[in-house]
Amino acid sequence: MSAIPISHRERGPVFDDPEMQLLYGAGRYADDPVKPAKAIVRAPSARSASAFWWLGLLAALAWFAVGGLTLAWPNKVLGFSDWAYTDQFGIATIAVGTAIVLLAALGRRAGRIGRAIRPSGAWLLVLAIVVAAWEIGTAKLAWLPTPFFAPPQNLVEVYIEDWRRLGDSAWHSIVLLATGVAFGTVVGFVTGVTIGWSRIAGYWIHPVLRFLGPVPASALLPLAFFVFPSSHAAAVFLIALATFFPLTVLSWSGVAGVNKQYYDVARTLGASEWFLITRVAIPAALPQVFVGLFMGLGASFSVLVTAEMMGVKSGLGWYLTWAQGWASYANMYAALLVMAVICSSVVTLLFVLRDRVLSWQKGTVKW
Amino acid sequence: MVSLAVDRPAPHAVSRQPRGARIDVAGVSHQFDVSGSPLQVLADIDLHLGPGEFVALLGPSGCGKSTLLRLVAGLEPATAGSLTHDGEAITRPDPSRIVVFQDPTLFPWRTVRDNVALGLQARGVLAKQAHRVDEALALVGLTEFATVHPHQLSGGMAQRVALARALVNDPSLLVLDEPLGKLDSLTRLTMQGELVALWQRAGFSALLVTHDVEEALFMAQRVIVLGPRPARIIAQFENDLPYPRHRGHPRLAELRHEALRLLGLDGSW
Repeated sequence: MSAIPISHRERGPVFDDPEMQLLYGAGRYADDPVKPAKAIVRAPSARSASAFWWLGLLAALAWFAVGGLTLAWPNKVLGFSDWAYTDQFGIATIAVGTAIVLLAALGRRAGRIGRAIRPSGAWLLVLAIVVAAWEIGTAKLAWLPTPFFAPPQNLVEVYIEDWRRLGDSAWHSIVLLATGVAFGTVVGFVTGVTIGWSRIAGYWIHPVLRFLGPVPASALLPLAFFVFPSSHAAAVFLIALATFFPLTVLSWSGVAGVNKQYYDVARTLGASEWFLITRVAIPAALPQVFVGLFMGLGASFSVLVTAEMMGVKSGLGWYLTWAQGWASYANMYAALLVMAVICSSVVTLLFVLRDRVLSWQKGTVKW
Repeated sequence: MVSLAVDRPAPHAVSRQPRGARIDVAGVSHQFDVSGSPLQVLADIDLHLGPGEFVALLGPSGCGKSTLLRLVAGLEPATAGSLTHDGEAITRPDPSRIVVFQDPTLFPWRTVRDNVALGLQARGVLAKQAHRVDEALALVGLTEFATVHPHQLSGGMAQRVALARALVNDPSLLVLDEPLGKLDSLTRLTMQGELVALWQRAGFSALLVTHDVEEALFMAQRVIVLGPRPARIIAQFENDLPYPRHRGHPRLAELRHEALRLLGLDGSW
């Protein structure tokens, strides 16, 4: 303490090295020994928040241009009635441009939304250019062969006129996915921890897992469809299986790879076997478990869609084959877009959960 | 090797509560199975630790010191010989004998406070004795770091947390397995003094393994010198200097010379 100059005493943290801090005052000067790296990453955008958002203005102009060309340039007539919703699409793009202009004009007053959108300025600009190219290549010049490539307004049409069927399909997919993944996660986690912990369980389960685990779950589709009472039950089983395998393997390797000294420490402190499993093995294995979940989710998406295409009479996979059957490719694109949103949201959700549960880790991979 | 009198009370243990553990190691040998062939690491060790005594085991790296500690802690059964704690055979780990390892081995998913609370939680008494966690943190000067995760701590702070995690259980024996081995030398010197102060205050018996001659002499009342593997006791001597000790004391230098001679390093003196 006495080594600290008076002028420094009021200033809070003085030493960069926490050890020094400790030597000179038992951490009295540390309110937060390590600042998360986020703060540093955010710094540039926080500084630029005071400047006018020129990139945003540019993006807005690009979106106005998309709207202008959509409305002013007549669609190429191709021997059938004109594309519906062209005007609505044009107005929507102008609305996007207006929203961006508003954000730019509000500057700091745009608050949280503004802060969230601002870093994406370049993306907004590029998106406008891509949409313009798409609009021109399909509706305006018909460079891309018509039944297979739909203009953007055609997607708008699908969402407005077929939202009920599309929404219903999305809902069925989500429920099916959630059911299967839930079963797969519970069984996979328990199995993985068991074979990681118990020698006997490992002896019996490990060879089976090694032999049957790598078989793609979709290869079992025909079998599952006649073994299970309903195609829905079969699909739940296969999705669970697809989630199960990577999760089991990674939970198992997570538990098997726990630093043995953790057990020594806990045992000398009087820990029971149950305590060792639940309070040492499982928390220590969690980072691996999340990797397994991530891999399992990926596998489950593909099984979900395959199962819906092959036998389940609902869901987005079913919608895709249905749209293909009617050669309504716009519906297919619309369904693919919904699927992308759902799958990406599910993975995002997993990463949010991971970040919360594993907040004690430093430098984890960001999604 | 003839060991010293067993029942001699340690000079600093007289009026302390609770009394430290009495540990008797008699004729202990131990061997590992290394790819089919036995590897002897301990040969006929006799070691007696009086209540409240601070004993250091000094020996070259890999001689089997840490194995002896694992046996005393009850983490492994000995191949031959007997180990007792206050007259009772040591068959399993017990929270009255706590080991502090060379690595702090804090659980990275727990905050400092939850790490310290580990022993109380494992024994199901955390709800009743939560205040002891704060006391232990205060004892090692880390009260302000209670909510921090281990990756934010320096090596010395982490080892202090490990110490608090041990002390919260009020052990009668503290087994120290090169606890300062990985710290930088300044932190190391500071913590040597702190450990001795804690020992004097709390009254536990302490068994320290180290390969640092000066550390052993500075901290312990008795230093036992082990030979290379299989470890056997080749000498032991007492250090009756009173605490707090001073590193520059001529008696320490004398003892150091003697220890180095016993370890075959006389030429470096």
